[in-house]
Amino acid sequence: MTDTVNESHELQTPARPERPRSALISNWAAELRILLVAVLLAAYFEFANHDFLLTHASLVNLSQFIAPVAIIAFGEIMLMIGGDIDLSAGMVFAFAPFMMVFASDAGAPMWLALVAGLAAAAVIGFVNGAVTVWLRLPSFVTTLGTLFLINGVTLTLSRGTPAATPGSPGFAAIMGASGYSEIIWTVVIAFVMHTLLRHTRWGLHTQAAGANPVGASEAGIHVNRLRFGNFILAAVLAGFTGILESFRITSIDPQAGGNQIMFLAVAAAVIGGTPLTGGSGTIIGGLLGAAVLGILNDGFTLIGINAFTFNIILGAAILAAMIFNIHIGRIRRKGSR
Amino acid sequence: MEATQTAPQAAQSAVALRADNLVKRFGAVTALDGVSLTLGGGEILGILGDNGAGKSTLVKILTGFHQQSGGTLHVHGEETLLRSVDHARALGIECVYQDLALANSLSIYHNMFLNREIVRRGPFRLLDHKQMRERAAQCLDDIGVHVPSVDLPVERLSGGQRQAIAVARAVHSNARILLLDEPLAAMGAREAALIIDLIMRLKEKGGLSIIMIMHNYAQTLDIADRIMLMQRGRVTYEQRSANTSVAELMDIVRREYRAMRATTVH
Repeated sequence: MTDTVNESHELQTPARPERPRSALISNWAAELRILLVAVLLAAYFEFANHDFLLTHASLVNLSQFIAPVAIIAFGEIMLMIGGDIDLSAGMVFAFAPFMMVFASDAGAPMWLALVAGLAAAAVIGFVNGAVTVWLRLPSFVTTLGTLFLINGVTLTLSRGTPAATPGSPGFAAIMGASGYSEIIWTVVIAFVMHTLLRHTRWGLHTQAAGANPVGASEAGIHVNRLRFGNFILAAVLAGFTGILESFRITSIDPQAGGNQIMFLAVAAAVIGGTPLTGGSGTIIGGLLGAAVLGILNDGFTLIGINAFTFNIILGAAILAAMIFNIHIGRIRRKGSR
Repeated sequence: MEATQTAPQAAQSAVALRADNLVKRFGAVTALDGVSLTLGGGEILGILGDNGAGKSTLVKILTGFHQQSGGTLHVHGEETLLRSVDHARALGIECVYQDLALANSLSIYHNMFLNREIVRRGPFRLLDHKQMRERAAQCLDDIGVHVPSVDLPVERLSGGQRQAIAVARAVHSNARILLLDEPLAAMGAREAALIIDLIMRLKEKGGLSIIMIMHNYAQTLDIADRIMLMQRGRVTYEQRSANTSVAELMDIVRREYRAMRATTVH
C-alpha cells in the first residue's frame, strides 16, 4: 500500500522541487555537453600541433568540413525528430547542382538556375514524402530506394562527367567559393532552423508528432503534412549544400557527396543529441556535432593519424554519444521520481 | 454529494448533446449499430461496455475524428455533422483519450497548448512561450492540480499527474462537453480518487457536461449521474445511477453474453 500512497501524494504536492539550476543551463544542457567535448578536442589538437586551429588556413579548412555536414544534418534532424530519416540526401547533393547547370545552359539567369536546382531537390523530397506517407513505406526503405535511383539519374544525365560551375565570380564567391562563405551560410541556416524548431508551431508539432504520432493526430495536428514538409526541407537543404560545395571546388561532380556525407550528417545529428527514436532533437547540437567531427578529422590529419584510425574514432564517438544520450535520459527520468 | 443536488437545477434545462440512431461501418464491420443518447447540461454520463462494444468508435465520432455512416447529432440543440477534430473543438467538445495524447518529450505547458499555441503577432507567428507558460500555470492552479514546474517534460510525471494534465488541457479552452476515455484505467485506488475529485470539482464549477467511457462498474455508479451499457454496437441498458446497482448491471451483461453464445454456437 505504501506505493500507492506515495503515488497519490505526488499528484497533489510538488514531487520534489526542481534543482535550482539556471534555466539557461538546463535548457541548453545537451548542447553545452557537446560544446565542452568540441572545446576539449580543439584544445588537445592545438596543444599537439600548434598549427591546428589558430591560423587562417586551418580555420578555413575546418569550416569547410563542418559546413556541408551541418547543413545536411539540419534537415536530417527535423526528419529524425518526426521519426523519419533521409538516406538519399547525399545523392540529392550531387543531383541538384546538375539541374542548376541545365537550367543555366538553357539560358536561365543564375538566380533562376539556382532556384531550379533547389526546386528539383524539392521534387525529390516530395517523392520521398509521397512514398513514405501515402504508400506507407518506412522512410528508411523509401530513401534507400531513391538513394540508388537518384544516383543513377545523376550519372545518366551527366554522362558520368563533371561540369564547370556557371555564373559570375561574384555569384560563385557568395555561393561557397570564398573562404568563409559556406560557414556563414551554415550559421544563418542554423539560426533559421533553430527558430523553426523551437519557436514555431511547425517545429513544436514535429516534436509532438515524433513523440506520439497517434496522440498528435488526436489533438488535430496534421502529422502527414509535417512529415511531407520535412522531407522537402531536408532535400532542399541537401541540394543547397551540393550547390555550395560545387562552387567551392569549382566543379560539378556526379560522384560528389554520396553516402559518406549523408552518414556524416546523421552522425553529427546523433552526436549532437538527436536520438533516432524521434520526439526530440536539437539544431544547435547538430552544428556542434558537425564541429566535433570536423575537429577530429582535421586534428588527426594534422598529427598524422591515417583515415582508417579516423573511422575507428568516429564509430566509437557515435556509439558513445548514443549510449550516453539514452542512459543519461533514463537516469534523469528515474532521478525525478 | 452536494454536487449531484445543485447541478441538475442549474443545467438540466438544456441538452448539451443528442445522438440519434448513430451507425458506423468500417468496411464489412458494423462498429455502431444504431446508438442514441442524450447528455443533459451539467450531467455526467457513464458509458460501460466490454472491448469491441463500440465505445471508442462512439467517442471518435463525438470528437469529429470519424464521421458516422448514418444517424444524426445535435450539439447544443443544433444538428451538426462533426467534420473534424478542429470543428468539434470549435463547438466546445474536448476529449481526453486513453493514451492521453501527450507528447512525452515536450513540457507541460507545450502539451497544454498543443495545436492551440499562442503565437506572437508578426509575419513569422513565433510561439509566445512566456504567455503559454503563465496561462498553463494559472489554469492548473484554478482546478487544483499542482506540479513543480510547467517547464517539466511530461515524461517525468506520474500516471495520475499526466491524466490531470490531459484533463486540464481539455477544459482550459472553455470546453462545454468533455469526453473522458477510460480516465481511471491502470490507476491505483488513491490516485484514481484524486482524479475523481478533479472531475467532481470541474462539475461543481458548472458549465461542463461529461461523458465518461468506463470499465469499472462501481466507480462509474459512484461518479456518473446516469449510466449507459453498450454491447456489440448497441445500447442495451440505460438508467440513473441511483436506480441501479453493480449486481444488476453484471446480471444484464451476463444474460446478454449467454444469449450471444447461444446464437453463435448453433
